[in-house]
Amino acid sequence: MTPCELSQAALDIRELVKRFDRPAVDGLDLTVRRGEFYALLGPNGAGKTTTLRMVAGLLQPDAGTIRVGGIDALADPVAAKRLVAWVPDEPMIYDKLTPLEYLEFVSGLWSVDAANAERQAGELIARLGLAPYANERCEGFSRGTRQKVALAGALIHDPRLIILDEPLTGLDAASARQVKQILRERVEAGDTVLMTTHILEVAERMADRIGVIARGRLLAEGTLAELQSLSGTAAGANLEDTFLALVAAPEEGP
Amino acid sequence: MTASPSTPSLAWFARHEARIAWREWRAMVSAGGRRRTRTLVLALASFAIVMHLVAAMIVGPYAQVTVADHDALVAMTVTAVLAWCLVLSQAMESVTRAFYARADLDLILSSPARSRRVFMVRLAAVAGSVALMAMVMAAPFINVMAYRGGLRWLSSYLVILGLAAAASAGAMALTVGMFRAFGPRRTRLFAQIAAALIGAAFVIGLQVVAILTYGTLSRLALFQTGTISRSAPAADSGLWLPARAMLGDGLSLALVCGVGGGLLALAIAVFSRSFGSHATAAAGAAYGPRARRRRTRPFRSLAPVAALRRKEWTLLRRDVWLISQSLMQVLYLVPPALMLWLSYREGSGAMVVLVPVLVMIAGQLSGGLAWLAVSGEDAPDLVASAPVRTFDILRAKVEAVLGCVALVFLPFMLALGWVSPFHGVVATAGVLAAALSGIAIQIWFRAQARRSQFRRRQTASRLATLAEAVSSISWAGAGALAAAGSVLAVIPALIALLMLAGVRSLRPREMAA
Repeated sequence: MTPCELSQAALDIRELVKRFDRPAVDGLDLTVRRGEFYALLGPNGAGKTTTLRMVAGLLQPDAGTIRVGGIDALADPVAAKRLVAWVPDEPMIYDKLTPLEYLEFVSGLWSVDAANAERQAGELIARLGLAPYANERCEGFSRGTRQKVALAGALIHDPRLIILDEPLTGLDAASARQVKQILRERVEAGDTVLMTTHILEVAERMADRIGVIARGRLLAEGTLAELQSLSGTAAGANLEDTFLALVAAPEEGP
Repeated sequence: MTASPSTPSLAWFARHEARIAWREWRAMVSAGGRRRTRTLVLALASFAIVMHLVAAMIVGPYAQVTVADHDALVAMTVTAVLAWCLVLSQAMESVTRAFYARADLDLILSSPARSRRVFMVRLAAVAGSVALMAMVMAAPFINVMAYRGGLRWLSSYLVILGLAAAASAGAMALTVGMFRAFGPRRTRLFAQIAAALIGAAFVIGLQVVAILTYGTLSRLALFQTGTISRSAPAADSGLWLPARAMLGDGLSLALVCGVGGGLLALAIAVFSRSFGSHATAAAGAAYGPRARRRRTRPFRSLAPVAALRRKEWTLLRRDVWLISQSLMQVLYLVPPALMLWLSYREGSGAMVVLVPVLVMIAGQLSGGLAWLAVSGEDAPDLVASAPVRTFDILRAKVEAVLGCVALVFLPFMLALGWVSPFHGVVATAGVLAAALSGIAIQIWFRAQARRSQFRRRQTASRLATLAEAVSSISWAGAGALAAAGSVLAVIPALIALLMLAGVRSLRPREMAA
C-alpha cells in the first residue's frame, strides 16, 4: 500500500495477532478505505468478532498494529475511540433508562455538545421508528428495538468509522431496510462502515468491498467480481457460492 | 431413533439436578485453579477453627444444662426462633429465585416430561440447601456443646433439619400467596422486602427493646435480666419442644422432625402443581406495561465522568428490587439510630458501641454497591469503547458508590459529630476506610455480570466475599478501639491493610480491555 493510500485508510491493521487457547487472529492484515462500506465475512470462529473487538479497543492484541484514521489505536486508544462506534451483535443497553436517556448518556461519554446531541437524538429516534418508545424504559423492549436503540447510540456522536457485528440480527424487514439506508447515507457522507454479517445477500448488495476471513487470516478481499475471479467460480456465481469456494479451499503452505 | 413412551422419573430428575448442582459447586471452588482452591480451603479451615473458638467462649459454659433448667429452655427457644426467622428469610429468597430463574424452564415445559416432578425436586432442593446452610452455620456451636456436654447435643442437627423443613414450607406458602395476591411483577420485590424484614426484624426488635430498656445493643441483655423467663410458660409447655429436642429428648426430637418433614412434604405436594404456571407468569412479567416518563428537560452537557456517575445513580434509584437487596444492611442502622438519639438525650457514652456498627455496615453496603457499579455494568462494551480512560471510568464508579454511602451515613456522622466531635471524626474515618476497602475488593475481583445477577455476587468469588467480611470486621474493630481512645486500634487497622494487600496479590489476572 502506498503512503497516499495509507493516508486514505479509515482502518489499517498490520500483523494482528490474538491468541486465546488457540490463535483467534493470526497475523491479520486488513485495510479499509475512507468512505467505504466493507463487509467482513467468515465462518463461525474465523476471528471476525475478535478482530472488531480489538479495533474497538475492547480487547488487547498480542501483537500487531491498529491505526484508526491514521491514529495508532494501541498507543492512543482514547483518541482512536473518538472516531469509532461499536455495535455488538447482542445489544447492550440499560433496562432502566429510556432511549432518550440512553442517548443523552452516550453523548456525555463522547462529550457531544448537548444541543447538537439532542437534535441528533431526535432525528435518529424518528428515523429508526423509535418515537413511540422514546420515553419508555428499555426493559421489555424486543431484541430488534433494543438493537435500534444501540445503533442510535452508536451514531449519535457522529463517528468516522462505524463497526457493526451482525447488526441486522433480530430486525424485521422494514427496520433492516431503515438501518441499511442509514448506513448507506453515512458512507455517502464520507464515513466508513465495517460490518460482519452472515447474511451474504446484504454484503453482496451493500458492500463496496468484501473481505473473507478464516482461521484468523484474510483469505481474499475485493469486489464480488474480484472474489469470483480469485475463487475460480463462474462470473455469474452469487456471493454464497464464491464465499463457500473460498473458505473451502485448502490453505496454502508457506 | 424413537423416544421412549415413559417419562423421566422423580429419581431421574433428582440425579440430573444433583449433577448440575455438583458441577456448579466444583466450578465455583476450583474456578481460579489449584492455588485459589488451596487458599480458599485454608481460609475456610481457619474460619471454622476461629468460629469453634468463638463458640466455645459463648456457649461452652452452658453445655451441662438439662431440660429442667427453665432459663436455658427460654434462651434456647429464643435462639431457635431467631434461627428459624433467618432460615425462613433465606428460604423465601431461594423460592423466589427459583420462580424467576429462566434457565432451562422453556426446555422443561416444552418437553413431554411431567414438569411437576422436576419442580418437586427443585422445591426439595431449596429446603435441602437452606437446611445445609443452617447446619453449617450452627455446626461450631453444636460441636462445642457435644464435646463439652455429651453426644445428646448432636440431636440439634436434626432439630435444625426439622426447623429448616418447616421454614421452607412456610416460605413456599408465603411466596405463592404473594404471587396470588400481588401478581408476578411485584412478587419478586415484595418477597425480597419481606425476606429482609423477617430476617432482620427479630434481631432488630430485640436490640430496640434492649436499648430502650437497658441502653445497650446486646441482644442477650433482655434474657440476662430474667424479664422473659419470669413471664414465660412453665417448663412442661409445648413451646419448649425444639429446646427439649436439642437437649436430646427423643419424643420432642421425633415431634419436631415429624412436623417439619410433614409440612415440607405437604408444601411440595401442593405447590409443585402451580410452580410451572407461576414461573411462566414470572417470565412474562417483563413484557407487561412499561414505566413511561414524560420528558420535559433538554439534554445536559456533561463530562464523561459526570455522565457515568449520573447513570449509576439513575439506575440504582430506579431499581427498587436492587435497593431492597441492601435493605437488610440498612435496617440494621435502626438500632444505632435509636441509640444515637438516646445518647444525645441522655449524654451517655454509647459511642464506643455505635462507631463499629456504623463502620461494619458501611463496609458491607459499599461492597454491594461497588459490585453493581463495577461488575454489574449492563453495557460494558459501550463504556469500554468510549473515549474515556479506564482510570476515569473507575473513578466515576467509585465516586458514584461513595456518593450513595455518604447519602446513607452523612446524617449519622453529622449527628455523631454534634454529640461528640471526636467520635464523629473516628466514625467518619472508619466508614471511609471500610467503604474504600469494600470498593477496592470489588474492583480487584470484578467479573462482568448482569445487574440482575446481584444475588450471585457472593458466590461468584468466595475470596472477595470473605475479604469483604474480614475487612469490615477489622475496620469495625479499629473503630471501636479508636472510639474508646485506645492506641491498640492500629492493630485491627493493620490487619485490614495487610489482608487487603494479600487479597490484592490473589486477584484474578486483569481482563483485557
